[in-house]
Amino acid sequence: MNIKTKRIKTPLNDKIVESLHMGDRVLLSGFVYTARDAAHERMLKALRQGDPPPFDLRGQVIYYAGPAPAKPGTPVGSIGPTTSGRVDRYAPVLIEMGLKGMIGKGKRSEPVIAAIKSHKAVYFGATGGAAALLAMKVKSSKVIAYEELGPEAIYEILVEDFPLLVVIDSEGNDLYSMGPKKWHTFKVIEEDERS
Amino acid sequence: MKEINSVEVANLIESLCIKANICAPEDVMEGIILAKAHEDSSYGQAVLEDLLENIELARKERMPLCQDCGMVVVFVDWGQEVLLVGSTLQESIDEGVRKAYLENYLRRSVVNDPLYERKNTGDNTPAIVHCRLVGGNEAKFTVVPKGMGSENASALAMLSPADGQEGVINFVKSTVAQKGQNACPPLIVGVGIGGNFESAPILAKRSLLRPVGSRNTDDRYSQLEEKLLEEINGLGLGPGGYGGRVTALDVHVEFMPTHIAGLPVAVNVCCNALRHASGHL
Repeated sequence: MNIKTKRIKTPLNDKIVESLHMGDRVLLSGFVYTARDAAHERMLKALRQGDPPPFDLRGQVIYYAGPAPAKPGTPVGSIGPTTSGRVDRYAPVLIEMGLKGMIGKGKRSEPVIAAIKSHKAVYFGATGGAAALLAMKVKSSKVIAYEELGPEAIYEILVEDFPLLVVIDSEGNDLYSMGPKKWHTFKVIEEDERS
Repeated sequence: MKEINSVEVANLIESLCIKANICAPEDVMEGIILAKAHEDSSYGQAVLEDLLENIELARKERMPLCQDCGMVVVFVDWGQEVLLVGSTLQESIDEGVRKAYLENYLRRSVVNDPLYERKNTGDNTPAIVHCRLVGGNEAKFTVVPKGMGSENASALAMLSPADGQEGVINFVKSTVAQKGQNACPPLIVGVGIGGNFESAPILAKRSLLRPVGSRNTDDRYSQLEEKLLEEINGLGLGPGGYGGRVTALDVHVEFMPTHIAGLPVAVNVCCNALRHASGHL
């Protein structure tokens, strides 16, 4: 099987998102924003209070990641994905506000997949454990919010040909659910316990 | 009686933390190379290639293999003929962790309070220390920086003796089936059977330190390891969880005596970045 590779740039729009299909390999360039649990908690708190989010979410991509500290003269330290499921409770609101892409690793909940479908968004997988390799694709980084959270702050990072896989496309096709079916060796696999 | 100064302990722990975070153990790398030879999924192949390239890069650039430089677990075998002079064992280990993480661009990921404040301690301390008193005049240390992505996929079950081998296999398999895709496969799965509520998980963690590809010296448990590996790979989760033949590089089982009424089973899942380094004084 050949994996198709597509080069795309942020910010994303409906047309770009709809051109991406589960299993496509993507090389992403442009600005993306890191955020983990603590940053999500703060963003949602700001939104509930009627304050603007720390960056305009429309068309943007959030990378679920907290980098290792950068060595002098390098843009960023090792920066692989963290488990996406921990921010599932926050993600649908951000998708409704125009967030178009998410980068992480691991399964997403039904409400997140539903939001991805109804608002045309995409979930990318980055290789978990390949953090030094992924750092090589980052050209610059700066903290734009919640600096006191350390590795959990929001970083704006500029990436070039950042290697990703389309895991959940805008039609809701989910590689984490469909991929293993081809390979499992028994008749019935327990359904995912999605929370 | 031999004396060891706490500064020596701190210095050793510092160097082991750095080594473990940057240099993948040979057996893990060989496990990934072997997995690559067996993997038929293109997505799986791509993930395994990324991992091998990552191991090379981390070593060359002296960068951590994973941005999650873990909470530091330290296994200590302390010879009873050795006297520690200076700070306590916990203090000297924490001093080594502090220096390693503050001065070597390793991510500090520990918060002071799990439930309320959740404030980063700033230096990745405290370490989790498991110390055994043993014979002799040596102190042996194994440092394991363990990420939380795979700790979160781990589980403990207090099974009933009647559940037997089948119960153990089902529990291990369902644990990996539920959260294995979140834990950066290909995994190394550590299983601890026996003891009680707190000893089974420590056994499971300890089992991760055995070289990938090694088998328990007891034939029955060695066969159980083979069976579990086959069952786990039969889940088809594959590298990255995208589907494929290799979900786990290996399964290790360790066992110990238990109570007549019990069959504790702990599954400690480890990501592809199984990191550890050992040294002695």
